[in-house]
Amino acid sequence: MGLELYLDLLSQPCRAVYIFAKKNRIPFELRTVDLLKGQNHSDDFVQVNPLRKVPALKDGDFTLAESVAILLYLARKYEAPDHWYPQDLQARARVDEYLSWQHTALRMSCTRAMWQKMMFPGFLGQRVPPETLANTLAELDRCLQLLEDKFLKDQDFLAGPRISVADLVAITELMHPVSAGCDIFKSRPKLAAWRQRVEAAVGEDLFREAHAVIMKAKDLPPADTAVKERLKPLAQLFL
Amino acid sequence: MGLELYLDLLSQPCRAIYIFAKKNSIPFELRTVDLRKGQHLSDAFAQVNPLQKVPVLKDGDFILTESVAILLYLARKYEVPDHWYPRDLQASARVDEYLAWQHTALRRNCLRALWHKVMLPVFLAEPVSPEMLAATLAELDMALQVLEGKFLQDKAFLTGPHISLADLVAITELMHPVGAGCQVFKGRPKLAAWRQRVEAAVGEVLFQEAHEVILKAKDSQPADPTLKQKMLPKVLAMIQ
Repeated sequence: MGLELYLDLLSQPCRAVYIFAKKNRIPFELRTVDLLKGQNHSDDFVQVNPLRKVPALKDGDFTLAESVAILLYLARKYEAPDHWYPQDLQARARVDEYLSWQHTALRMSCTRAMWQKMMFPGFLGQRVPPETLANTLAELDRCLQLLEDKFLKDQDFLAGPRISVADLVAITELMHPVSAGCDIFKSRPKLAAWRQRVEAAVGEDLFREAHAVIMKAKDLPPADTAVKERLKPLAQLFL
Repeated sequence: MGLELYLDLLSQPCRAIYIFAKKNSIPFELRTVDLRKGQHLSDAFAQVNPLQKVPVLKDGDFILTESVAILLYLARKYEVPDHWYPRDLQASARVDEYLAWQHTALRRNCLRALWHKVMLPVFLAEPVSPEMLAATLAELDMALQVLEGKFLQDKAFLTGPHISLADLVAITELMHPVGAGCQVFKGRPKLAAWRQRVEAAVGEVLFQEAHEVILKAKDSQPADPTLKQKMLPKVLAMIQ
């Protein structure tokens, strides 16, 4: 059995891994793990990742969790072009800096924005207090400002003149609030221009393919009682 | 001006960097940024890091934030022994996996344990309800279970037979609740044995030096009202 990638394209980090693998023509078996159906709790999947999260990688007997670790593993093993994770000491440090910062910053606010604006009211039929949503969107706005001011600045991409894994991780995050109807690129021309560059560098078709699931999330029929019960813990996390 | 490291040893990530740099005899100027005096909020420090956080590395004109990025930069630039961040594909993946996981797991729980148990009530005169503290300590307990069950297992160190960046980041995290008076190693002999090994690998003297500040956290002087007003919202955002 060759490389297997356990993904649900509903998830931002899964999209980054998917795009990276496809773009670099890395041969893999896609193992879809449907989060809304709770497939991340199956006995089979727990063998792959006891943390019960996606993405997860299985390469022979070697299993790996955490999208950042997976991206770097793939970049190294398949000798992806240098710009994805540059050899240059300072250029690489910039990518590392972004990949570290995003865990507790952009990632959190994008996840909350998507769930609070779309998944809780639409899919789970759960009311989100307006103040909660307003705070979340304000925090998202602060993160977007930081993304522009600290990382992007006047560069073409987040860590320099060429696309890197940092851009993949960031763009897939931003598509989360976009899918919920947050017009985050409106009134942010710098960020909008960066988005165009990233989509062009990735390829429009691949970008669209990776985002098909999340862009249709708003059309999901309301969850049944069983699903709502099972997803209750998520409410604690994302509210 | 050579390498400068802006640190406060009250902070977990700062301790990891301090230990790593000292252990590997990396020459640097220590720039102490006293968080409890609000020095991170000064205009001067904002020139170094507009995000007003530590740790920060300054190497000539190159300024770098984020402890994981700083550790990797130092490891590469100063060509430290391989075991800290191995060349081997799977071995480095294990270190990356830990360094990624910890941000929203152990790091978060250790930070909350310190602030909920000691720093909020003692330093910022903000009471914390027993329920909140209990919930935090319960979450910490779960993270410790994952640390033992998924990462350490039956290995000598978190990612293999030798100490790596993952162990430094983890041990400095765990000293946070220890500094708050939580007995995280009690009833966890596996973890306690791992701690001994990490301390021995780092060197007892260096380990103690790096942890002097955090072990006296409960003796923090209360912040004056002006500083408290400035710091409280940022602290609450940091530990959410």
